[in-house]
Amino acid sequence: MVGTGEKKRRRRAYGSLSEFIDQDRIAGPLFILPFIIGLLVFTVYPFFSSLYYAFTDFQIGNPIKWLGFSNFIRMFSGTDDKFWISFFVTFKFAFVQVPMKLAFSLLVAIVLSRKSKAIGAYRSIFYIPSLMGGSVAVALMWKRLFGYDGAINSILSLLGVEAIPFLTSPKYALWTLTGLGVWQFGSAMLIFLAAIKSVPASYHEAAIVDGAGPVRRFFSITFPMLTPVLFFNLINQLIGSFQAFNSSYLITNGGDPLNSTLYYAVHLYTESFTYWRMGYGCAMAWFLLIIIGIFTSLIFKSSDAWVYYESER
Amino acid sequence: MKSMKKRKIMGTIVFHVFIIAFCFSMIYPLLWMVGSSFKENSEIFVRVRNILPTKWTIENYITGWKGFGGNTFVLFFRNSFFVAILTTVGTTLSSSFVAFGFARIKFRSRQFWFTCMIITMLLPNQVMIIPRYVMFNKMGWVGTFNPLIVPSFFGQAFSIFLVMQFIRTIPRDMDESAKIDGCSWFGIYWRILLPLIVPALVTVGLLAFIAAWEDFMGCLLYLNTPKKYTVAYALKLFNDSQKSDYGATFAMSALSLIPVMLLFFFFQKQLVEGISMQGLKG
Repeated sequence: MVGTGEKKRRRRAYGSLSEFIDQDRIAGPLFILPFIIGLLVFTVYPFFSSLYYAFTDFQIGNPIKWLGFSNFIRMFSGTDDKFWISFFVTFKFAFVQVPMKLAFSLLVAIVLSRKSKAIGAYRSIFYIPSLMGGSVAVALMWKRLFGYDGAINSILSLLGVEAIPFLTSPKYALWTLTGLGVWQFGSAMLIFLAAIKSVPASYHEAAIVDGAGPVRRFFSITFPMLTPVLFFNLINQLIGSFQAFNSSYLITNGGDPLNSTLYYAVHLYTESFTYWRMGYGCAMAWFLLIIIGIFTSLIFKSSDAWVYYESER
Repeated sequence: MKSMKKRKIMGTIVFHVFIIAFCFSMIYPLLWMVGSSFKENSEIFVRVRNILPTKWTIENYITGWKGFGGNTFVLFFRNSFFVAILTTVGTTLSSSFVAFGFARIKFRSRQFWFTCMIITMLLPNQVMIIPRYVMFNKMGWVGTFNPLIVPSFFGQAFSIFLVMQFIRTIPRDMDESAKIDGCSWFGIYWRILLPLIVPALVTVGLLAFIAAWEDFMGCLLYLNTPKKYTVAYALKLFNDSQKSDYGATFAMSALSLIPVMLLFFFFQKQLVEGISMQGLKG
């Protein structure tokens, strides 16, 4: 309402409903209203509900019983032996996949950053696996590709290497799935490539005049300017890796052999939707959230040391 | 001088040879899958590594198309298209609408909601899926397409962000002159800005379609009757039901990737540039 205590009456800035709506302070929120509603209904409410459920024995259709920390005790004490297994499997998976993916995408981006007519075609081809890599079709194909009698072993035999039990041995299965993830480095590569090309040519020209060679120029000019993008990709990839589900569920039946490919998300799914222990599932979800939160904060904190923002001098 | 030029040409040739070899190994798996789908079943694991069949056949496609449980892949493709197209429409419309509000209109709570949006991109899905399932179950939506389609009409953080980045590259002059002429915010959005951000919308639409087309988790959770299965889910069940007929699985897998491949061929530029934009400052 009009501010109290004001002597002069303020003239209304609007004369009709449509003019009222058109004010910045009304129109703005109205435009983002769909997002706000969606946020509250599909994100905020579930977010806090799951925290509540984590402390209960929630099962759909049954009355809820408060369990206190029982779910967490079950998780951490080893009563659920698959919990720690799935955690470490996912940990290994993420901490191998992410650096490899980043390394490949950066290296290939550097290689492709030279001017050449065919670069556009190469760029697209490297991107294709990224585009369809998450699909069921590719997952099923990967299973056959790396089967004991599959194409990869056939190629290896050409080189005189014995067939490797890529998906049937606990030693190799997880890395075969990791390979599927790394194969999809294309989208991260595109992002790096764009960042490399956006480095102002004048920087390089000035450096050349000063006698800097290509390697020196890369490490002193290009790489520092890439660090924000590296930061972005790192966080994205890490969070994505911790939530991996499809490759395990589709290729190794969620764990074969001997739980060596049991992703955290798969175990969570089984507990929640096969055994209907939803309270426990929510507890697992919140633990995942905390772990991701810790790593994200670590990366954020460390970013002051190694991420270079041009606006800061 | 001449030898330097020769070395440069040699260098370029070596470069291209290596890159082409690398490219080939990258797409070999896909080529292998498509090629194997045209092989007779008996041949698939006999001459495994070869892409091309000695004898081309489409029997795998015919067998595969029959599907399972009396439902052919016609049904599954229809369901997938239905979900994917609606999701694409929802995402594109809502994301551009919201992005406009964030990017062009100044209002007090803008920074707060924008930060909320960024935070949602850092949250793992797992925290939300169980209560969402419970909620959808209470609404009677389990077993329908609704849980897959409806949320897309409320804006999707990544898409909103993408469109926002694009809007920032458009000067505000036209907005301002339109405002002076008495145009409403909605008018500016609908008549001035929307036509200008079509490239961003195309990218958002493409990515949304592909994500919806390939979505497996959503179908796993919410589609429990065969009549509603999408290609992604049906493919998995079909594969389970085939003990040794891998050819049919390859065939249907290859088919399921066709829409994505087509989109890629026709919209390569938009896709690649859209993704690349995240690498630019701003």
